[in-house]
Amino acid sequence: MSAAFDEKIHETLGDSKLQFAIYASTARLIAKREHALEGDNLPDYQELRTHANALKKNTIDNLDYYLEQFEANVVAHGGKVIYAKDATEVADFVLSLAKERGSRLIVKSKSMTTEEVDFNKRLEHHNLESVETDLGEYLIQLAHDRPYHIVAPALHMTRFQVADLLTEKLGVPNETVIEKQTMIARSVLREKFLTADIGVSGANFLIADSGAIVLVENEGNARLTTSAPKIHIAVAGIEKLISRAQDLGVFLKLLGRSATGQALTVYTSFLSGPRRGQEIDGPDEFYVVLLDNGRTKLLADREKRQSLYCIRCGACLNHCPVYRKIGGHSFPWVYSGPIGAIITPQFLGVQHEPALPFASSLCGACAEVCPVKIDIPKILLELRADVQKSNLREGKGKMERITFRIWAWMMRHPRLYEFAGMAAASFAPSSNGGWLREVPAAMNLPPVRAWLSQRDLPPPPAKSFRQLWRER
Amino acid sequence: MPPATGQRVSIFVTCIVDQLFPSVGMAMAEVLERLGYRVEFPEAQTCCGQPAFNSGYRGEARQVARHFLDVFRDADYVVVPSGSCTSMITHHFEEIFHQDPEYLAATHMLAPKVFEFSRFLLDVAGVDDVGARLEEVVTYHDSCHALRELGIHDGPRLLLSRVRGLELREMDAASECCGFGGTFSVKFAEVSGGMARVKVDSIVRTGATSVVSIDSSCLMQLQGALSRAGVGVRTLHLAEVLASR
Amino acid sequence: MSRDHILHKVRTALGRNAGQAPEPAPPVRLTIPTQETSARIDSLCARVEALAGKTYRAESDADACRYVAAAIEGKSAVASNAPLLAECGITALPNVRSGFYESAALREACASAGCGITSADYVLADTGTLVMLASPQEARLISLLPPVHIAVVASARILTSLDELLSLLPRPAEQTSSMVLITGPSRTADIEQILVRGVHGPGEIHVVVV
Repeated sequence: MSAAFDEKIHETLGDSKLQFAIYASTARLIAKREHALEGDNLPDYQELRTHANALKKNTIDNLDYYLEQFEANVVAHGGKVIYAKDATEVADFVLSLAKERGSRLIVKSKSMTTEEVDFNKRLEHHNLESVETDLGEYLIQLAHDRPYHIVAPALHMTRFQVADLLTEKLGVPNETVIEKQTMIARSVLREKFLTADIGVSGANFLIADSGAIVLVENEGNARLTTSAPKIHIAVAGIEKLISRAQDLGVFLKLLGRSATGQALTVYTSFLSGPRRGQEIDGPDEFYVVLLDNGRTKLLADREKRQSLYCIRCGACLNHCPVYRKIGGHSFPWVYSGPIGAIITPQFLGVQHEPALPFASSLCGACAEVCPVKIDIPKILLELRADVQKSNLREGKGKMERITFRIWAWMMRHPRLYEFAGMAAASFAPSSNGGWLREVPAAMNLPPVRAWLSQRDLPPPPAKSFRQLWRER
Repeated sequence: MPPATGQRVSIFVTCIVDQLFPSVGMAMAEVLERLGYRVEFPEAQTCCGQPAFNSGYRGEARQVARHFLDVFRDADYVVVPSGSCTSMITHHFEEIFHQDPEYLAATHMLAPKVFEFSRFLLDVAGVDDVGARLEEVVTYHDSCHALRELGIHDGPRLLLSRVRGLELREMDAASECCGFGGTFSVKFAEVSGGMARVKVDSIVRTGATSVVSIDSSCLMQLQGALSRAGVGVRTLHLAEVLASR
Repeated sequence: MSRDHILHKVRTALGRNAGQAPEPAPPVRLTIPTQETSARIDSLCARVEALAGKTYRAESDADACRYVAAAIEGKSAVASNAPLLAECGITALPNVRSGFYESAALREACASAGCGITSADYVLADTGTLVMLASPQEARLISLLPPVHIAVVASARILTSLDELLSLLPRPAEQTSSMVLITGPSRTADIEQILVRGVHGPGEIHVVVV
């Protein structure tokens, strides 16, 4: 794996406070989801998953149709749709609109898509202030950090770190009581909401038959972002589409429960266009920016296309034993956890971090909890095959490839296999049955060393099974 | 429902059992024979190809899988003391042979006859009590492939409940991965070790003196970690428990 | 133009042609339980209270007005233009300002008000959810800016569930630019997973059923 990946993993594993924070937070989210799904709370959970998967499949497999339907409906309600092929086009659109309108201040609600396109950074040098308003994202922004988890961006920060951060960046006296910290952020951000020129949001869902976006949140910052400023811009990947408003019955039942164990989050906003007719408040202008940024690449792969079904609930992160050890920041891109592991190589190419698809024991816990039934382990296996094909093309990984070639050849020749087994066993130190803490130099190849760095080795038995069987 | 006396079953012991944990294979054969089966061990067997498949070398996996299908071509039943090897055959051979009609057909013929050991006992032999006795407090680890690909959860627990003198204590995190994952255990050794230590803590909390699983690779990972931690808990394959008298 | 470029890429990826009809979508799946009004009210109140909201079952319009008057005592309040509020006499209460139809004035009033009073278009019994459609009767900010939100709702408006709402309102976008589902007070657990209420939206909510 790349030195950076290895280093970040190592650092995270060595930080016992962080290990505790990650494990405890994910444990809480696991328990909440389990509670929301136990007994009679959602008896048709499995059926709903199957149905949600079928709905997403239909939408994604016919995405061009639904994109056009969505666009026509947005326009019919007085809004505008902008297609952006990459991060630059998103930024260019916002910058040019802001310039035209003389906008100075943007308030933003939580959006992984805007993280993906480095939204805040791209606007930085243009006399435009873009402020995150979700509490966790606000803290991350102040700290110039990256979100740690799809749903809980500041999972890794302690109250003491937050206290120091607020003091440093806002000049307020050091406050370690969490409720008071929250109120400090609330009052700073309230002022921003009420004076902002533009509100930028993501979208949890785009509804084709309504020309609407759906925003799901607990704080109220997304509502304020999309209701207070005169201009609302929603930035969303093209894969966020679902075909009908009525399908929200299925998706909303699954999203809240899978993410945080809530039947519904505190606020679910269904927004279509600027304010209408005699409505009293709301934005005067409404834009939806539909982002490609590589999604059309994922679409083209029939097997892996299901990666686009993701509704960003974070359940796979919470249940992944690897994520629960290495945390969000070890991952090379903004999307972490199992979903991050499958989409990162597809967006950025397998050579961006060739070890990423291998950073999994294929335990399948992710697939078990995915509300839209993405077969993550299957895609990881496909990506591993893609990595090897790519390595072959690039002349990388020769040693391993040759090893497996020899191994496969041996496995087709039982007597050679048996001989190799006996030869390997003869190198091992004798043991009274106790497991081995170390081995002689001749045996101490990298995989053996790696094994021994963490656990003891089984002593090779005096006779193999086949020898014992013959002697019966 | 008594098993067919003298019915032939072939055993695929798996390379890890053959080379490192032969007593597991012997125990499994013993239990099967006690039930009246005629156990066959086709000597030409080696591996199911999983290590290559999981590492992305589908060509190499295919070669080894073909060998497996050739070796067990005439089997009536194939019994396997491993969930991951069984699911490789029953779930993944389909994928690696999708462009090879001959071996795809062979897979469709053979796969329905391939059973993980506890499944074989319960679903084919139709027994849950094999007359075993083991006076011990044990805990059980759910192997991931067995649990999530084959749906094996209640079966082994039922079999253990019939072992005289045995007390089963569930650990929290019973279905959390032990961290083996094949080459993952050495490619991401630190993470793998960390995952094993989470399980070790969970095991220790039960007060059990043994941890039981249906997969030797999990047991190797867990025993390696238990031994390194100086914890005196041993690992037992389900077959070894069921062979105990 | 990025639009044509992206749509073209989508079609190529999917092997579809421009103007090609989509494959039929799976059927809509909505399950609506049968539930008596009294059971709906019970469920609604239980859910709202479980989320630390307060509920009150008013015996009459006047009773509702009394409850609201007590709840807003010593505070300034902004009320929406929902007819039910006027019917109950709530808009006539001394510390209540209402009749806002213009956004700037409304915003100013809400930003300084201690309480926002609204009705709700629908209420969902199984989740304790208020459904608010933006309209000349209901502005968006009244249930959002002030730290306390009081919703006075007609029992006839209580539906069983989101599924029932969606079957009644298959295309909310045709009615309004904004439909918001409000389930409990604003909250966050972003710092150390400790729950704090009233982050941006109201930290205190009351549901009065008339």
